Amino acid sequence: MSLLELKNVYKIYGELHALDDVSLKVEKGEWVSIMGPSGSGKSTMMNIIGCMDRPSKGEVLLDGVDIAKESANKLTTIRRDKIGLIFQQFHLVNYLTAIENVMLAQYYHSMPDEKEAMEALERVGLADRAKHLPSQLSGGEQQRVCVARALINYPEIILADEPTGNLDEANEAIVVDLFHKLHNEGTTLIVVTHDPEVAEVAQRTLVLRSGRLAKEVVNENFTGQIKFDRED
Amino acid sequence: MFGRMIRGALFRQWKKMLMIAFTIALGASLATAMLSVMLDVEDKVNQELKTYGANITVVPKEASVLNDLYELEDGGSAEAYLREDELGKIKTIFWAFNIVDYAPFTSVKAKLADGSDVTVVGSWFNHHMELPTGEQLDAGITSLRSWWEIKSGSWLDEKSDADENSAMIGAAIADKLGISVGDTLEVSGIAGSRELKIVGIFDAGGDEDDQIYVQLDTAQALDGLDGCIDSIEVSALTTPDNELAVRAMKEGVGSLTVSQFETWYCTAYASSICYQIQEVITDSVASPVRQVADSEGAILKKTKLLMVLITILSLIGAALGICNLVTASVMERSSEIGLMKAIGAQNGAISGLVLTEIFITAIVGGVGGFFAGFGFAQIIGKTVFSSAINVRPMVIPIVAVLVVIVTLIGSIPAIRMLLSLRPAEVLHGR
Repeated sequence: MSLLELKNVYKIYGELHALDDVSLKVEKGEWVSIMGPSGSGKSTMMNIIGCMDRPSKGEVLLDGVDIAKESANKLTTIRRDKIGLIFQQFHLVNYLTAIENVMLAQYYHSMPDEKEAMEALERVGLADRAKHLPSQLSGGEQQRVCVARALINYPEIILADEPTGNLDEANEAIVVDLFHKLHNEGTTLIVVTHDPEVAEVAQRTLVLRSGRLAKEVVNENFTGQIKFDRED
Repeated sequence: MFGRMIRGALFRQWKKMLMIAFTIALGASLATAMLSVMLDVEDKVNQELKTYGANITVVPKEASVLNDLYELEDGGSAEAYLREDELGKIKTIFWAFNIVDYAPFTSVKAKLADGSDVTVVGSWFNHHMELPTGEQLDAGITSLRSWWEIKSGSWLDEKSDADENSAMIGAAIADKLGISVGDTLEVSGIAGSRELKIVGIFDAGGDEDDQIYVQLDTAQALDGLDGCIDSIEVSALTTPDNELAVRAMKEGVGSLTVSQFETWYCTAYASSICYQIQEVITDSVASPVRQVADSEGAILKKTKLLMVLITILSLIGAALGICNLVTASVMERSSEIGLMKAIGAQNGAISGLVLTEIFITAIVGGVGGFFAGFGFAQIIGKTVFSSAINVRPMVIPIVAVLVVIVTLIGSIPAIRMLLSLRPAEVLHGR
């Protein structure tokens, strides 16, 4: 059984078909990129997979459970227990320190554990910045705090929406390297991006166009390491 | 973690929280001031109204019966009297502390030197009494009829004007006789005559302007009525009549059940105070001066209604202010709230967080508002009633409950908005 399976999923806003009969499978431990131009339905798909939205039609099976039929409260619980979210705009609580932002996810999941939160920050190389507020961190550091927050509850899937969209090349490489480590540890990664270099790092790339799955590319030379073609 | 989040949120948005606290403080201060004044106003307004005269008259039973039969206005015409030696008992009734003033009256038809008739009224002016309870009281018409305008001279002072022939004379008869302060006037009664020395001329705006007022003993001596009193006027703090009091008046005390009687007896209705006065003054009939008593009740009701309305309006204003400020705060924090929902916070947890922040702010505002309201109440007391307002302990829980209700009501739109926030929308800036 696949960890995630979308069967004929539609998301319709009036006349607009944000997702139009999309079917796909993601296996446990897989690293999948979702690419596409603006308005292709990437974020809509991310929201549906991340239990933050429901499809208009179709089935979304996460660990065998059709999340399209679950209540809002149940979706919150599934999101809390199974999914780690990383956003392009980081979305850190600006009056909490880096470690407190990580502990926030623990707090709503089970119990805050400062030691464990510090270990998560160590994994992303930010142990020395634990007591800093988001405003005192660079963009790359903030995104690494987001990664630490996403992985603190050991989710089955990490969903990253344009995780490198606001980062420079050096920080992009650091974040992708973190994904590589998580993948090696067996975490399932779904990364929504419009950056081909980030997408190509994944094992498989799904390309969306006008809400439809237009192409699926399997990376035969998967290394999990980013290679920059562009010149500075 | 919860504490860190609360602390962080409160300090981060201290300006907004200060505004919310200020709004709550404003509502709480007005509620405290109005409630304090409202609970104390009954005594205050009663005391104010007491300056407009007595609200209970006591006459001999026989005189009262004749008055009822023949609609006589002058109870004294029935040749029935009350006993002077029982006057002190009025301050021993159940509601003794509500008796703020009283004065006995003995009217005598006397003749002037030119043979014309004149009414000489004996009464207390500022009569000093030492009651069996140890209480001391200065009672009499000096305070009971404080609205009299002294045209010249001064009030007769029983303490300093030791001369029992001192007298005050109405403006009308003084004009007629060409009397001024310091003059003497001879009056004769059945039992004797007196050379009265005028110490003051008053304008009462009524029949009193044609009368001469002397000390009680002096009037009694003119007609040989030692220890006899025509009537007593009593000024008492009363509770406005309700259905029970009206029934007791109309149908008689006998129509009340034992428990109703106890309630009625132990409430300071004008009728129950009258009843208690009748119990201590032999063969007397005490009755409320309906006009005064009714006016007091009406004024009290209107004053209280006005204060209730001000309190309600101020609380509605506070609720609207809280509503705007909290809603604005939630809107500003929508991405933070969306994030919390996205990482697994249930609606209840986030509502609890926001409500805790608001209630901590409300406590600060409420406490500040209470003390400010206490100050406002004193200003109102000093300005309107020229005395301090006693803040009753019951005001504290009432204001606390009102603050909680207003804060909750004011927070409802913000909480509804918070519940309707969808993380997918706010996190993507839609």
